Amino acid sequence: MRGSGLLEKNVIISLKDISISFDGEQILKDLNLSIRDGEFITLLGASGCGKTTILRIIAGFLEPDSGEVIFDGRCVNDVPANERQVNTIFQRYALFPHLNVYENIAFGLRLRKMKDKEIKEKVTEMLALVDLKGFEHRSVESLSGGQQQRVAIARALAVDPRVLLLDEPLGALDLKLRKDMQAELKSIQERLKITFIYVTHDQEEALSMSDTIVVMDQGEIQHIGSPLDIYNEPKNAFVADFIGESNILDGVMKKDFKVMFSGHVFDCVDKGFQENELVDVVIRPEDVDICEPEKGMISGVVTSVVFKGVHYEIIVDIKGFKWMIQTTDYSAVGDNIGILIAPDEIHIMKKSKYSGLYGDYSSFSDEMDFISDVNEVLVDTEEEIID
Amino acid sequence: MKNRTYNTISSPYALWCAIFIVAPLVIVAFYALTDKTGNFTFENIKHLSMYTDTIARSIYFGIIATVVCLLISYPLAYIFSKTKVSTQTILVMLVMVPMWMNFLLRTYAIMVLFEDTGIINNFLQKIGLSPIHMINTAGAVIFGMVYNYLPFMILPLYTSMTKLDNKLIEAAYDLGATGFQTLRDVMIPLTKSGIVTGITMVFVPSVSTFYISQKLGGGKYTLIGDVIEMQFQTAYNYNLGAAISLLLMVLILVCIAVMNKFEDTEERGMLV
Repeated sequence: MRGSGLLEKNVIISLKDISISFDGEQILKDLNLSIRDGEFITLLGASGCGKTTILRIIAGFLEPDSGEVIFDGRCVNDVPANERQVNTIFQRYALFPHLNVYENIAFGLRLRKMKDKEIKEKVTEMLALVDLKGFEHRSVESLSGGQQQRVAIARALAVDPRVLLLDEPLGALDLKLRKDMQAELKSIQERLKITFIYVTHDQEEALSMSDTIVVMDQGEIQHIGSPLDIYNEPKNAFVADFIGESNILDGVMKKDFKVMFSGHVFDCVDKGFQENELVDVVIRPEDVDICEPEKGMISGVVTSVVFKGVHYEIIVDIKGFKWMIQTTDYSAVGDNIGILIAPDEIHIMKKSKYSGLYGDYSSFSDEMDFISDVNEVLVDTEEEIID
Repeated sequence: MKNRTYNTISSPYALWCAIFIVAPLVIVAFYALTDKTGNFTFENIKHLSMYTDTIARSIYFGIIATVVCLLISYPLAYIFSKTKVSTQTILVMLVMVPMWMNFLLRTYAIMVLFEDTGIINNFLQKIGLSPIHMINTAGAVIFGMVYNYLPFMILPLYTSMTKLDNKLIEAAYDLGATGFQTLRDVMIPLTKSGIVTGITMVFVPSVSTFYISQKLGGGKYTLIGDVIEMQFQTAYNYNLGAAISLLLMVLILVCIAVMNKFEDTEERGMLV
């Protein structure tokens, strides 16, 4: 789909059949990816899915066991990191603690033997870009996390890279600052029109910033597409579950535009499946309408209600499957309610190895969600030690 | 209240310092500035000019030994810090093991190796090469210093290398630095405290060492430490010996002060 025909022209980086393993463990397997010049592309996945490894291969810090890295039409496998036209924003910024803000930003410029006057101009320009005017002589250790982040961005952009690699750059910032920086990074990218390759495990971040999202799991690309595409038309149960909340049910495609699940045949907009083919059905919690039990297509009992501000998040047990529904209508625990689903809110996916693993909210609780987040952070640190 | 507790706890150390650090210094200074009958005199200090050559040679040998130690240890410490943690423990152990052996014994062993009919020359002759004259040369003395004091350079360097974030080295590469530029602009500045500590810990004992030059230099390269030993052990001139010690101490203090200038605001090294 990507990297074929017309698009080939403005592809800046393409990875061809990249494989790599550490200590006998396969991290990436025959991975192919084309990145267009000037796009904001996000590699999204849980820790250990190989996204950081891809970044390090592009940067030149890792050499793939097999496969080619093509930059601007030329294989750069043998080009060392210091000669590639890509720069990295590291997870914890990696600012030089022995240099002040000015010298950190000037570091790459000094290596290029630029004149002092030009360096001064460039550093001033960069400080203006990241909104840090007047910070020239501050020590980097006296800066807050957000300010250090800005210095890291200025330092990388000062050397005019063609591609900027960002490895979970906002991971260490608090939520508010993170939102601000997301908007700022996006606007910097739009102004400079250079390619950003962004790595994150935060799906919201990916959805709000990217032109293209690459969803990854177990060293393989699960889905490449625009944020809208990935949210509305996930390729498999993994993608549907990873991006946003999803109810994923086992269904049977009765014929074109007719799918059966939860003991009811629904109208849908999908076709092209075999008759009676087993499929995964995805329904987003916000796409379900609730009504009186007798008016609903199917009905069940409310088992939990949580007020979320804008809406209620309720869990409904329908024939043993726990649905998550986001609605502005209040129902109490124990109420019998019916649900309605419009045909275009039903998304049908082919069965995959991820079928049956995700999409049931029977063990769901906010606490569980929190615990699994904590694990992710822990694993993250481990991953860093490994690579 | 707080202050009193502090004083109570620190009093044994204050006592220790008084008895074993301050008192000996005062005694050395006293001997250096008196004659055999205990009268005040500058005679001993004037005598020091006799030892200008010895002092110059001690400093010269000390500098060479320190530089050689630094050149060997810096890459070695870096390699150590890049291995697996379990391997690091073993490597550090291997560095320490020779230090468990007595200093005199180690030096004596080098002598056995280096002699004209020693182990190395025997081996060279066996494989048909001509023997090399090694014992009783300046090189042998410096080798002895390097061999004995190398661990004092490796350990502080290794410690500062382990604190060096690998991401900083990657960041330097990423910004276009070559290997040499990364070393010069990132690694050396960030391991400065280890370098300063290592230099101090090798230079000070090298300058003041004795026995090494007697055994490996064949008495041709008398060092200041040997002169001091001689004054106390054979000449029984405690006053002159103390004066030389005092001079050595001043020289070392000057060196440390100079080194500390380089270290400026960085965290202090282990020794000073």
